[in-house]
Amino acid sequence: MFISYSIGDRTVPSSTRRGKTHGSETISSGLVDEAKITPTVIFAGLCGAILWNLLTWLLGLPSSSSHALFGGLIGATIVAAGLEAVNYGNVLSKVLLPAVLSPILAGIVALIATYLGYRIAARGRDGTVKKGFKAGQILSASMVALAHGTNDAQKTMGIITLTLITAGLLPEDAGPPFWVILSAGLAIALGTYLGGWRIIQTLGKRVSEIQTPQGFAAETAGAAVILTSANLGFALSTTQVATGSIFGAGAGRRLATVQWSVAGQMALAWLLTLPAAAAVGAVAAWASSTGTVGTVVVAIVLVALAGGIYAASRRKPVTADNVNDVPAPVPACAVA
Amino acid sequence: MINWGALGAVSLVSLAAGVVIVVLVALALVGLSAREPAADAGAADTADGTEPVGRATGPVMSAATGTALAAVCLLAAAAIVVYGLALVIFHH
Repeated sequence: MFISYSIGDRTVPSSTRRGKTHGSETISSGLVDEAKITPTVIFAGLCGAILWNLLTWLLGLPSSSSHALFGGLIGATIVAAGLEAVNYGNVLSKVLLPAVLSPILAGIVALIATYLGYRIAARGRDGTVKKGFKAGQILSASMVALAHGTNDAQKTMGIITLTLITAGLLPEDAGPPFWVILSAGLAIALGTYLGGWRIIQTLGKRVSEIQTPQGFAAETAGAAVILTSANLGFALSTTQVATGSIFGAGAGRRLATVQWSVAGQMALAWLLTLPAAAAVGAVAAWASSTGTVGTVVVAIVLVALAGGIYAASRRKPVTADNVNDVPAPVPACAVA
Repeated sequence: MINWGALGAVSLVSLAAGVVIVVLVALALVGLSAREPAADAGAADTADGTEPVGRATGPVMSAATGTALAAVCLLAAAAIVVYGLALVIFHH
């Protein structure tokens, strides 16, 4: 099997891995003229993506890391190579349209699955049904993790490998070294372990009071959508698919228990992801283009802002101990 | 250009896979419920404080039928998952 990343004007083979999917074959996905991508553009794009991701994490809003990366790259590329270096048609077809369609699709799948699952399981005994779905969630959550890695970890590996190639530390036809694959996997796992609680609280408690059958249905729907789309060549956002499926699962059990106001907050965050990350990427690219001093200053500012966001998060930490300390959404019928 | 054909395929396949797997697991759990003694049914099952999901108070089928149903459904669900994973791993 030989599959390659097309990053910038270079191709990075990834023949060492199985399970590679179409969706992550290009880091920029043709959104920008890849010949114009330089290490400075990558650095600046990452600055935009990292800052936006940390900010939305602080607010407990699940937003797409992929879209933040695309936004950062677009902003940085515009500064480095001009507006004509952006392929706006691809931005529409590969970012904006999937951003609208993927959560809707995942939501519909999860809604139907949840509705049917509850209708059928009502014929069983409560204890057996709950235990069964709880056990099933171990598998369905594992499938989501697989889909996440298949969809998202590739980008991290691609960026690190591209940087190594452009820096001359790897030959142009080199694949990701094992330590890159390992560190990307460990980083994504560590990030989920350390920082996932805010997002878990939002999706598991603030959207709706999710029960085990809903969790199973949502995870199954999310994994099915992500793995199918990746296999057929669509790079969807794991975050948006997972979020859509949670809302669908919430609506499938009882429509009134879903907090649609939270959906509005998320939609706003998704709407802002691309332009916000692009703006930061553009500023970072402009500052970095002045030379080494500019790049160092950007790096220092990035670290300082990241530290500030982390410090802000410690004022009201969300951990495994308090992740469930959120009032359950009140059904509309109870309010009325 | 947007590949509407592939998008339609994604929608149909993910809808079918996602819904069918959940339905099969739910059917399997109904089947497994038939293996439980009748005394285990009822209020004790909802002691976790959450809204009840299963509501059956009596057997809906014989234990043997339930076991067979559960086995067939779980095998079918597993086959779908394994086939999907095989496509992801070996397709490229």
